[in-house]
Amino acid sequence: MLPVAPSDAPRPSAGRNARLGLICGAVFFGMVGVSFASVPLYRAFCQLTGFDGTVRKADAAPGKVLDKTLTIRFDANVRNLPWSFAPEQVSQEVKIGDTGLAFYKVTNNGKTPLTAQATYNVVPESAGLYFQKLECFCFTDQTIQPGETKEFPVVYFVDPKFAEDFETKGTPEVTLSYTFFPSNAGSAQAPLGGTAEARL
Amino acid sequence: MAHAAAHDAHDDADHKPGFFTRWFFSTNHKDIGTLYLLFAIMAGIVGGALSGLIRWELAEPGIQIFAENSSINLLGLIEQTKHGYNVVVTAHALVMIFFMVMPAMIGGFGNWFVPLMIGAPDMAFPRMNNISFWLLVAAWVLLLASMFVDGGPGRGFGGGWTIYPPLSTSGHTGPSMDLAIFSLHLAGASSILGAINFITTIFNMRAPGMTLHRMPLFVWSILVTVFLLLLSLPVLAGAITMLLTDRNFGTAFFDPAGGGDPVMFQHLFWFFGHPEVYILILPGFGIISHIVSTFSRKPVFGYLAMAYAMVAIGFVGFIVWAHHMYTVGMGINLRAYFVAATMVIAVPTGVKIFSWIATMWGGSISFKTPMLWAMGFIFLFTVGGVTGVVLANAGIDYSLHDTYYVVAHFHYVLSLGAVFAIFAGFFYWFEKIWGVKYNEFLGALQFWVMFVGVNLVFFPQHFLGLQGMPRRYVDYPDAFTLWNQVSTWGYVITAAGVGIFLVTMLEAAIRRRKAEANPWGEGATTLEWTLSSPPPFHQFNELPVIKPDHH
Repeated sequence: MLPVAPSDAPRPSAGRNARLGLICGAVFFGMVGVSFASVPLYRAFCQLTGFDGTVRKADAAPGKVLDKTLTIRFDANVRNLPWSFAPEQVSQEVKIGDTGLAFYKVTNNGKTPLTAQATYNVVPESAGLYFQKLECFCFTDQTIQPGETKEFPVVYFVDPKFAEDFETKGTPEVTLSYTFFPSNAGSAQAPLGGTAEARL
Repeated sequence: MAHAAAHDAHDDADHKPGFFTRWFFSTNHKDIGTLYLLFAIMAGIVGGALSGLIRWELAEPGIQIFAENSSINLLGLIEQTKHGYNVVVTAHALVMIFFMVMPAMIGGFGNWFVPLMIGAPDMAFPRMNNISFWLLVAAWVLLLASMFVDGGPGRGFGGGWTIYPPLSTSGHTGPSMDLAIFSLHLAGASSILGAINFITTIFNMRAPGMTLHRMPLFVWSILVTVFLLLLSLPVLAGAITMLLTDRNFGTAFFDPAGGGDPVMFQHLFWFFGHPEVYILILPGFGIISHIVSTFSRKPVFGYLAMAYAMVAIGFVGFIVWAHHMYTVGMGINLRAYFVAATMVIAVPTGVKIFSWIATMWGGSISFKTPMLWAMGFIFLFTVGGVTGVVLANAGIDYSLHDTYYVVAHFHYVLSLGAVFAIFAGFFYWFEKIWGVKYNEFLGALQFWVMFVGVNLVFFPQHFLGLQGMPRRYVDYPDAFTLWNQVSTWGYVITAAGVGIFLVTMLEAAIRRRKAEANPWGEGATTLEWTLSSPPPFHQFNELPVIKPDHH
């Protein structure tokens, strides 16, 4: 930002002003671009760091299992869907590093097949970094026929580093929460009016 | 100069176009500056009236004004429901920020005095300057329209100036929010064009010898401000565009049902919003520096430190945004970072405060009206700065977030800080702008009345906030009655002060005492005082040459 123009220079031509004006315009569009780019960046950042309780997907379980156990609690919510959705267990005790298996049950009480996507989160948020899932119904959209009941497994583990991080090491329990939302992607789903009517 | 001589034939310095061409198609930086100032005064009165409704409602516990069966009839202008109260709070903030402080500081004083102070004949893009002003008028019309159409829960948008989703998406389904978004788009476009204009003018059009390090501090303050505008406003534009598509076109940027995240809006908003509060106050810093120096008859203490303190404030202002959202559930490390970064801002701000005091130290001070306002500014801004350091602590903010303590804090730095700086500048340059003198007694009277008034309005709000009174609520428990009543009485006194201001304007317009080129004597050293008052329609046909000893 320091002296751009030697100020003893001759009077600026319109061209010089236009050039600087255009540079500023480019900065403007660049910043608009950055604000839109923040959407994928924000998502990538959360998935990479487990920031704010974002649960991460893993490909393999860790080799190391600690002697410490942790209570995992399960929670289920539904929004704008005529579904009943509940965990089949209130809580589980797992060893840190060991793979756990939990089940959720969901029933479509409506009259039409519905597609929904589950979003998920863990509390405390700092545990998001270490709570990882190998298999989950939340990775894809789920379609359920009217009256049908499905059982979904969740395979998860808590990374052994959980016991080392000063923010999480004293934590006795972690709550995993799911919420089913009507899927935006599936065009086969019932029109909005239909779901609203069925909302009880 | 041969260049000037060649133009002499048709470049009569005081040849003014006819009324309509002069004020509606204006490309003259001084005329556009005057338009901005008049617009800001008008918007300030509207915004002030809106805050009057707020204080009126809060004068007593219970709901008096914003109840359907109220004995007070607002003539249908504002819906008399709780939603109507929220609409008033929202509109008050938007009007004051985008249509009063910014037009007055940047559009008004910036347009008037940046070219004069750097020895330029006009702004770099005079027509763009005209577009900037009229875009702002269009934005104003859209904002007013948004108050009169359906918002969803009632007439108008009542989600606060921060327009957080989901209240601004699924919470307000009516067209009111869309109009407010368009209004912000246009106001943003206006400011961006203005910012580009100022950057080009300041970099390319300085008079011979005026290096950046010899530039008056007001020009420095505008330069930093417009850089903040250029970098932060596009982010707001992006965020509200996402809001618009979320509302109308089925996207899910901020909707968790579609994989979005409402907290991301808060990040984007405050990435703009925090620099925005510095945009509101930085030009005031520049104005105050000139006034303190002029009326102490001393050069500003620590000129370079003052300039780079503003650069530092502007820079750090971009990396502290999340201190507005400590309560969203950030990790402890992130909060610790934002606490530390926020507190760092107190350092360059402290440099400025102490440099102003050091400028006064040992000076031959004359307590003319602009100096009264400037000293009032320094006091009020310091009070607001101290509560800002308190709120910077995430632990304390957890309990004070969204209470009246926060309201008191940002009104001390903005409502009192920025507005006092605007009044200081207004009276400092009164003769230069209008070509007539104001009445010194009325000016000083307005200062004292408003100084007492605004302190009565906002100081008790610290107590209310510490006692836990939340902001943006239409009602409160009986325990908060006393300080709310004091606050409302303060509003009445402040309103009387604004009345004195209008009388001062009227008196000056009627008496028309002839202005001097430089009424302030040897302390006023910047280039605008070398010109007549008001300056000729086109100035600096002969470019001034700035010598190294200017500062």
